[in-house]
Amino acid sequence: MINFGFSISKPRAIDIDRNNLRKSNEIMREMPELQACIGCGTCTATCTAGNLTEFNFRKVHTLVRRGEYQGAYEEMNKCMLCGKCRLLCPRGINTRGVVMLIKRKLGDF
Amino acid sequence: MKHVVVIGGGVAGMQCASELARQGVAATILEKESDLGGKVRNWHKLFPTFTPAEELLSALRLRIAEQPHIKVMTGCEAENISPRKVVLKSGEEIECDAVVIATGYTLFDARIKEEYGYGIYDNVITSADLEQMFNRGEVFLTHGGKPRRIAILHCVGSRDEKVCQRHCSKVCCVTGVKQAIELKQMFPDADVFNFYMDIRMFGPGYEEMYREAQQKYNVHFVRGRISEVSPTIDNRLQLKAEDTLTGRPLKMGVDMLVLLIGMKANDMNAELESQSNLRLQPSGFMQPRDSFLGNTESQIGGIFYAGTVTSPKNARESLNEAVAAARSAVAWLNNK
Repeated sequence: MINFGFSISKPRAIDIDRNNLRKSNEIMREMPELQACIGCGTCTATCTAGNLTEFNFRKVHTLVRRGEYQGAYEEMNKCMLCGKCRLLCPRGINTRGVVMLIKRKLGDF
Repeated sequence: MKHVVVIGGGVAGMQCASELARQGVAATILEKESDLGGKVRNWHKLFPTFTPAEELLSALRLRIAEQPHIKVMTGCEAENISPRKVVLKSGEEIECDAVVIATGYTLFDARIKEEYGYGIYDNVITSADLEQMFNRGEVFLTHGGKPRRIAILHCVGSRDEKVCQRHCSKVCCVTGVKQAIELKQMFPDADVFNFYMDIRMFGPGYEEMYREAQQKYNVHFVRGRISEVSPTIDNRLQLKAEDTLTGRPLKMGVDMLVLLIGMKANDMNAELESQSNLRLQPSGFMQPRDSFLGNTESQIGGIFYAGTVTSPKNARESLNEAVAAARSAVAWLNNK
């Protein structure tokens, strides 16, 4: 086929019907307190790694919860486990535990 | 004995009349429906305590029945209101010494938000419809069967200038969380997703209920407003929204969509303004004399307000305000 230099982009939408939520459900079962997240962004605002890299903890864990696992492990590797987010979380979520859990569950993604 | 006409027999009107009678003033309630109770009559349970609405109504009915100086007139509408006289649509005139307007609000008509398909697609219902289903004890899909995935959409007809409703209706967020919990109790295996712009949990026990919905019932909250709904080939509903917390568009199929419809000002409020020289707010709700010290008073001496005629309120606020309005009316009558 002749290559005209055009291609079709993959859809960007999160497709809940197609995503496999098995891992996501496992994560939520093991760390139910993550359900209490209100997306305030305090964790990301204080994040040491986030100040130096593009790491956004709130966004990554939200994506994982929607079944979007691609790249989550690599992203979570940017976390330095300093724990400032855990000190500040208004819902008392063990955010460091969330990082470790996602890394453990999604190591093969 | 002084005599006050209370226009509207919802919870505010009922409470107001019973307080007036308790203060030694005769009250006449004018209700346009055939029964007292107003909007609460169609509600199943009240947030955040899950108190049956009927429990509140029967307590109020009892208070009214205990007072010999309360007269209830159902099936009649006020046509013209002045502090000393209320004229009914039937032409009947009622003499009085003061008037309390407790005419409440109108539910937003979800058909106006055509993109959500209310009245067009099956299984798109409003929060009010869902309460009626709870009252009947049956929540089914249109063609039978249980819903496996349910979406609840906040702010339908609220905070939306496209439908001329810029105000926040205040109670829908709390209702949405309450209904999510009730649906999870009914269908533990179903997934419930609440799509919200903001979650406004302003009252005691509300935030706690929200957290319970998240942690105990595993209700999913997605910050993003559904842009459109379309039917799928297998008779489900396809939703589109932005998951604003991840910055990505999101789509999903659901079996049922619940629209949390807001509180709209009554059309009648504009008539009140033109007829009786009362003032309207830009939202269409009545403007009290003063937002802090004259919340239950109008611009005209002898005309008072109680409940949602002046702004969206929950049942508790309406009930409290009804007592305040009754007492303002009594104080005004005594000083005259």
